Amino acid sequence: MRLPALVVSAAMLAAVTAASADPIADRKEIMKDRSAEMKVLAPIAQGKAPFDAATVLAELEKMNANAMETDVDALWPAGSDKGDTKSSPKIWEDMAGFKAAMDKFKADAAAAAAAKPQDVQSFQQVFGAVASNCGACHQKYRL
Amino acid sequence: MRWRAPVLGATAVAAAAAFALWFASAPTRLDPAALAAAPQGDAARGEQVFAAAGCASCHAAPGATGEARLRLAGGVALVTPFGRFVAPNISPDPRDGIGGWSFADFANALMRGVTPDGTHLYPAFPYTSYARMTLADAADLYAFMTTLPPVEGRAAAHELGFPFNVRRGLGLWKRLFLDTQPVVALKDPSPAVARGQYLVEALGHCGECHTPRNLAGGLDTARWLAGASAAAGPGKVPNITPGGTKAGGWSEDEIAEFLKSGFTPDFDSAGGAMAEVILNTAELPDTDRAAIAAYLKAVPAIPD
Repeated sequence: MRLPALVVSAAMLAAVTAASADPIADRKEIMKDRSAEMKVLAPIAQGKAPFDAATVLAELEKMNANAMETDVDALWPAGSDKGDTKSSPKIWEDMAGFKAAMDKFKADAAAAAAAKPQDVQSFQQVFGAVASNCGACHQKYRL
Repeated sequence: MRWRAPVLGATAVAAAAAFALWFASAPTRLDPAALAAAPQGDAARGEQVFAAAGCASCHAAPGATGEARLRLAGGVALVTPFGRFVAPNISPDPRDGIGGWSFADFANALMRGVTPDGTHLYPAFPYTSYARMTLADAADLYAFMTTLPPVEGRAAAHELGFPFNVRRGLGLWKRLFLDTQPVVALKDPSPAVARGQYLVEALGHCGECHTPRNLAGGLDTARWLAGASAAAGPGKVPNITPGGTKAGGWSEDEIAEFLKSGFTPDFDSAGGAMAEVILNTAELPDTDRAAIAAYLKAVPAIPD
């Protein structure tokens, strides 16, 4: 009796690690983190807050980490278009396009962190590239 | 032979009713004298009208960016409860677009929803808002659009069921819902608020999505800008009056910034149809975005 139960538990555990238990909540969390980073970075890029290289780098690195942990397969699995979500059905109709958009964001976020901008002009350049992903991706894939 | 008189009478009544309906549903055009008196259009100013009126959002190819937004071959589909509407080719192509149209043809389509041959256009094209445009802006828009590249090819036809496929019936609909007067009566609006009213109620046609519709598809102006179910596709369109829980509390600066960059005060970013709108409002001068924000603070606050 014990052995099958163990096998079943192990299988369930494996399933849980592969696919998130509540992907809608998890992807909302990841998006909220991004907006928190934007809330620090955007006013600096707009000249409404002073530029500080250390602050900027810390936020860019957080943004990059956030981007890297965004696993599209786990966060937008089939069936998770239903529920309290603003994810557009287009994500599942065009998964390849959605992944390509996410990969572009990841590349831009990585490049921005790697650039370690030392002044506001160079920061604006890399930041502009990162921020343009928000609207471009939401236009297609968010309701 | 007694039955003849009542039958004849009923036939006469039906014929009279049919005649009255036919008459009442006839296309109504702009006053030719006013059209003739309209100033010569200016293409540079027309480019601003084009952005404010959001033409590219439906008439450029779906998802177009940059220069491609000036190629107006149509093709964007709006799937609504009334059927599937497809935006037509309005590029200056003489065969597939509107290259052969005079200014009067253009203005009548734009502001009254009537084609040159007298057919009613469906209000999926927001002439119900453009009806409030100035003829000067229409002339500028016409001048600008004639400078755009002609694109060959017709967009797909609308797919509508009965009775919505009977275009003549739109004449009656227009009698109910085509109104050239301002929606909101503002007492002594500042120049900014008045400009904002024009941008929102006429060119920007914001109410077409942000105001709920009645069963006949007309706007419920008692809930002006108070939010609605998306007309096309899933999702909700938010309440943007000062009474809205989502955007009602934004400052004028925050509204203007949203219309420029697409970022909300919390640095969420606009999605779906509003992301398309931001592509247009981003092209406007700062003063126009500020004017829209000032107007949105002046409209009646309606709770969600």
